Amino acid sequence: MNRFAELLDRLAYEPGRNNKLRLLTGYFREVGDPDRGYALAALTGALSFKHAKPALVRDLISSRTDEVLFGLSYDYVGDLSETVALMWPKAELTAHNNPPPPTLTEVVTTLRTLGKTELPKQLERWLDELDETGRWALLKLVTGALRIGISARLAKTAAAALGDKDPHEVELIWPGLSPPYLDLFAWLEGRADKPVNRDPAPFRPVMLAHAIEDGDFAALDPADYIAEWKWDGIRVQAVAGRDEHGHITARLYSRTGEDITGSFPDLVPSLRLPGAIDGELLILREGRVQSFNVLQQRLNRKVVSPKLIKEFPIHLRAYDLLGDDENDLRELPFAERRERLESFIAKLGDPRIDLSPTVPFASWEALTAARADPASAGAGEDADAVEGVMLKRRDAPYLPGRPKGQWWKWKRDPHIIDAVLMYAQRGHGKRSSYYSDYTFGVWTAGADGDELVPVGKAYFGFTDEELLQIDRFVRRNTTEKFGPVRHVVHEGDKGLVLEVAFEGLQRSPRHKSGVAMRFPRISRLRWDKPPREADRLETLERMLKEEAAEIEA
Amino acid sequence: MTTMRPQDILLPAAAGLCCKPGGFHIDPVRPVERAVITHGHSDHARAGHGAVLATQETLDMMRLRYGENFAGSTQVISYGEEIRLGDVKVKFHPAGHVLGSAQIAVTCKDTCIVASGDYKDAPDPTCTPFELVPCDVFITEATFGLPVFRHGDASDEVKKLLASVALFPERAHLVGAYSLGKAQRVIALLRQAGYDAPIYLHGAMEKITEYYQSRGIELGELRPVQGVKKAALAGTITLAPPSATSDIWTRRFPDPVTAFASGWMRVRARARQRGVELPLVISDHADWDGLTATIAATGAGEIWVTHGQEDALVHWCRSKGLKAQPLDLVGYGDEEESETPVAGEAEA
Repeated sequence: MNRFAELLDRLAYEPGRNNKLRLLTGYFREVGDPDRGYALAALTGALSFKHAKPALVRDLISSRTDEVLFGLSYDYVGDLSETVALMWPKAELTAHNNPPPPTLTEVVTTLRTLGKTELPKQLERWLDELDETGRWALLKLVTGALRIGISARLAKTAAAALGDKDPHEVELIWPGLSPPYLDLFAWLEGRADKPVNRDPAPFRPVMLAHAIEDGDFAALDPADYIAEWKWDGIRVQAVAGRDEHGHITARLYSRTGEDITGSFPDLVPSLRLPGAIDGELLILREGRVQSFNVLQQRLNRKVVSPKLIKEFPIHLRAYDLLGDDENDLRELPFAERRERLESFIAKLGDPRIDLSPTVPFASWEALTAARADPASAGAGEDADAVEGVMLKRRDAPYLPGRPKGQWWKWKRDPHIIDAVLMYAQRGHGKRSSYYSDYTFGVWTAGADGDELVPVGKAYFGFTDEELLQIDRFVRRNTTEKFGPVRHVVHEGDKGLVLEVAFEGLQRSPRHKSGVAMRFPRISRLRWDKPPREADRLETLERMLKEEAAEIEA
Repeated sequence: MTTMRPQDILLPAAAGLCCKPGGFHIDPVRPVERAVITHGHSDHARAGHGAVLATQETLDMMRLRYGENFAGSTQVISYGEEIRLGDVKVKFHPAGHVLGSAQIAVTCKDTCIVASGDYKDAPDPTCTPFELVPCDVFITEATFGLPVFRHGDASDEVKKLLASVALFPERAHLVGAYSLGKAQRVIALLRQAGYDAPIYLHGAMEKITEYYQSRGIELGELRPVQGVKKAALAGTITLAPPSATSDIWTRRFPDPVTAFASGWMRVRARARQRGVELPLVISDHADWDGLTATIAATGAGEIWVTHGQEDALVHWCRSKGLKAQPLDLVGYGDEEESETPVAGEAEA
């Protein structure tokens, strides 16, 4: 447990992805089975212990410490597990025969079988045996709140690196594995064959596209590509398969492989043909695709009420077929998969699942025109939900990751506003010496004339050279400092105007301005523009009205 | 014979802790006629007093920082030496905080008050160990006066640093440490752990570190980091003032790992707030166990608690049947270690 705690401790402070990977892979190499397997399970969210609640931890500490001292300490530290870990007074142990601190395996296997009533005594014993970091990790683990900035994907990538394997290979077999993953590690260390995935409806790692730049077209031949609309929805993988009894199991996965079936029970009955569809999750009302803002009402819901299902009817728009019954289609060229997809969707004949149409074009000029006006180029009434076009090479197999030159996304031009830099904050990791997080605002009428109101925050979009320029500007034009935050001069004729690009707007009571941007980034620095000529809040409110009208429709 | 109440001997005043019968102030924050100073940190040792009484090391450090004319006159006092000032006797005892740091025992008639300044009861190869002084009233700091602050063995923290250097040989390790005391202690601990490569120094800590060496403290080979090529800093350790570790200055290092040696690093939010990747819990102040053990061992029946987390420590004293009160002294804790790490951070 102490070695695992040390790993968590170090990961919690490490900002760099590659360094996190090294710490993780180092741990997997150094620590044996089954501890490392349970560590992998903890990091991928595969463990949960239903009886360990924060209230229990509170009870334990109040039985051991002075209430006032605990109160003052908790106030200061701000985190229950950490406060308890730090101030836990160890019971006086006898000098001989002290039990060694528990291993991670012991903790996990004990917790799985322990009844609710035995839990407090057991936790107390462990807290006495572990050091501060060990206690912290134990409490984080049992209360299910690791939150150390490690995604499941990163943990799997680190495990794959142990055997120089492609992380996609691990991803592929992952749904069939369970803690402590002895078969996985045996394969990674070359001691056994690759484990076979017996999951009837496994996730397949997704293929992603590169953003196309103007200069890329010259090297591309339109005849090599098929174009489709790029829908402003959620990329999903809908998989159905037969289990050993011949029954159909259906699952819906996010693009990262997260199982989101539970959020969309209304789609499950439509997934009755064995196969794996790559497509876009959308909301359709009277056959018409709704905006992303509408779809958002259905995301991240714990409870999916019948009312929600009725008002926000879910729909899958299919654009690729990765598996057809028992056959893996991923090695086939896209043009062939597309044909298989068309007949699959026709055979399914379900109103909730349809085909994403292709966009015919003979030249880049023709596609440019279609992208500029999707309504007349076949998208019809759904044109508002089109955020650009996708280009897929006819001969491309389905390759996990973001392979070069196979798939391109060509987004519609984003919304643009000119905003004024108001506050700057230091970045993290490599950027910790740079002011790289910017809060920007637009003008609005205040009590004493026009004033700037913050409308968003952006920390990318600029080049390294531009980052240096902004950093210099921030340091030279700071009016006040609050810890890591600097107030940067922002007056009518003094300050820096940032051209901000974003994908959409939403009403937000949490922001002073009342609006929140989707995916904002700095697209240009407007050194030439005086701040007073930046945009006004009214401009954003106008854009907002246009979008809001749809949600209520 | 009348017995003196402790507050007739020492009393908080605007300039600091004032001893009327002795005609002096302890660690005054404003210029006074006669100052008695516990140690060289800038919030305790300020310039501009008429006469200053302190250890040789403290006086030397003040001279290094403020120049030759930092006080009207100076007088050296050694550990264990007793001097009469007005109606009181003043005796200096090692405080174990930094080189030259002292607790000041003030005795008037039968009453002895010990003003401990800043102290720690943990081992430190760069200064004389803390000495326990029995007294009637003990004035204690409370920088780490919460039971969450337990500092552990500093040499284990240094092992953590060395393990990281071994894990990331292509990166530079940048250790934020206060220039006076902490930096030299970290270097000495690295040497004790067997690390014998040259250690690099930020310009701001060169003078004070040389002073430590001149007092016979072995620190091995030290080099200024100024002018060293970026590539040559891979796999090395550099010590710098904490404020420098998040500044433009760090761009001269190859992919630096930012460490920070401080008692505050015990609390994660504190470390993260500052962008520290490798927190090292090494403190020159007593931790909770150190504070409470020391208070109990002095045998004092009355405890005055200054700068830090007074509430918790006063509560603890009272729960043990001791008379205790917070002493509201303004102006201490401005020295870097006692301060909230991010707010008020100085930047060049």
